Amino acid sequence: MYRGATWFNITSLVLGFAFLYLPILILVIFSFNESRLVTVWGGFSTKWYVELFNNQGLMDAAWVTARVAFVSASIATVLGTLAALVLVRFGRFPGRTLFSGMVYAPLVMPEVITGLSLLLLFVAVNFDRGFWTVTIAHITFSMCFVAVVVQSRLVSFDTSVEEAALDLGCTPSKTFMVITLPIILPAVISGWMLAFTLSLDDLVIASFTTGPGATTLPMKIYSQVRLGVTPEINAVCTILIALVTIGVITASLVTKRQEVERKRAERMAMSEN
Amino acid sequence: MAANAHGNRFWIIAIPYLWLLIFFLVPFLIVLRISFSEVAIAIPPYRPVFSLTDGWDVLTTKLAALSWENYRFLLTDDLYVRAYFSSVQIAAVSTFITLLVGYPLAYGMARAPAHWRPTLLMLVILPFWTSFLIRVYAWIGILKPEGLLTVVLQFIGIMGPDEQVQIINTTNAVYIGIVYSYLPFMVLPLYSALEKLDGSLLEAAEDLGCPPTKAFWKITFPLSLPGVIAGCFLVFIPAVGEFVIPDLLGGSNTLMIGRTLWVEFFSNRDWPVSSAVAVILLLLLIVPIVLFQAQQQRQQERERG
Repeated sequence: MYRGATWFNITSLVLGFAFLYLPILILVIFSFNESRLVTVWGGFSTKWYVELFNNQGLMDAAWVTARVAFVSASIATVLGTLAALVLVRFGRFPGRTLFSGMVYAPLVMPEVITGLSLLLLFVAVNFDRGFWTVTIAHITFSMCFVAVVVQSRLVSFDTSVEEAALDLGCTPSKTFMVITLPIILPAVISGWMLAFTLSLDDLVIASFTTGPGATTLPMKIYSQVRLGVTPEINAVCTILIALVTIGVITASLVTKRQEVERKRAERMAMSEN
Repeated sequence: MAANAHGNRFWIIAIPYLWLLIFFLVPFLIVLRISFSEVAIAIPPYRPVFSLTDGWDVLTTKLAALSWENYRFLLTDDLYVRAYFSSVQIAAVSTFITLLVGYPLAYGMARAPAHWRPTLLMLVILPFWTSFLIRVYAWIGILKPEGLLTVVLQFIGIMGPDEQVQIINTTNAVYIGIVYSYLPFMVLPLYSALEKLDGSLLEAAEDLGCPPTKAFWKITFPLSLPGVIAGCFLVFIPAVGEFVIPDLLGGSNTLMIGRTLWVEFFSNRDWPVSSAVAVILLLLLIVPIVLFQAQQQRQQERERG
């Protein structure tokens, strides 16, 4: 239709994606550089990865980060799913406006404010800072992201199946487990993954709420980055990028397959009638 | 049975509600409280004005005698006022550049063959999942004086062998960092607005002899405005309070309020002043946040109805 515009479209796609991906690609390439200089190519080498696994401080930080991310993502998924149910299904109740405000506000809140305010809370109640304070902080902001993801699935949900189950005498909690949960499960899983990566990435909130013995990987990376670009940091970043990429692509393939299977089941059900 | 269902309903509301009250709302009230207290050399390093055991009478008398000292200090000290202004300015400029970069990309995506679109969408979302810190770090190696950009420009011959790019530690590097990091936030709402666009309108315009550029400004752009507005808010609001980007890419003369708060808290250990900085930052952002939510609400209602 618009032959003239096609060139424009292709150029903007190529330039746009080059801008998005070149810096990451360069970072990954230079993690395999033999030379310590970040701009001179000295041949292929995996020595920075070996060095990384011998760096006890980084390994400890990676372990703390993984534990925080796992625990906070799991609790945030439960709380966020409940919050989404409340927002979509529960109609009006006293304090609903405040509730939806508290769910949406953390999405755009500057991290420095969230971090500072939570730290001041922990200080005010004399709570020892460390693993649990970072985890609680991460639960609080990532549950809101989970709520938004699950909410969008719940909105586009055909409630007649649930109503049928209730009419046939199924208890509300059983209806939820047998019907609602399986249908919203893909959204719940992607909510968990989002919460996990948000926790994995967070520097600012963790820096405020952490205590002795709970240094996370981003904090470790940040303190080294301030001293300059090093191939070890490139190697850590490459591993993190690889993990996230594999996770996201697997998740999207799984959701796609589920979608295809669901459509096939629907077609079969229709043709049987 | 009915009582049981009622009990369930109560707990499903109460659990997330209480969590957010305790870990989101109450902390703000504490920030507010501490912003009115005085610095003390102690642990914690402030002298509280209010105490939880105060009665109502004590509270009202204390409210009357509140210390506005920290706020007066912030508003009279040139450093803070300039930091607020330059945060807003840097965020606004970067938002505009992000729009200029993101619009053609979103447009290209929306016009791509339908079977490409999920993959292209995935390619835009993927960097969003990658750590912010890593993406900012990637630019340090490129922008620093002996970095890759210098090497490339010298190789092409644009730059002499003894010249170096002077971008890192300047505000320009902060612009690049913000545009790069927040580009997916701009592209996604733009794409969803452009994808819904009815192609027959453009065909009609073409049939009636309207040149493509004019058709773009008369049809495509106005219809994509909800996406433009949503994208701009999504970039502008978090960019104002940004810490990592100005800290790693900006120089000592790049003032941004998120960084000022961080320094005030971690280096100067002045908790009351950093709380006051946080309160004013929040007041600055409340207007765009409320506008954004109102726009989102209208958008949702329009789509449903």
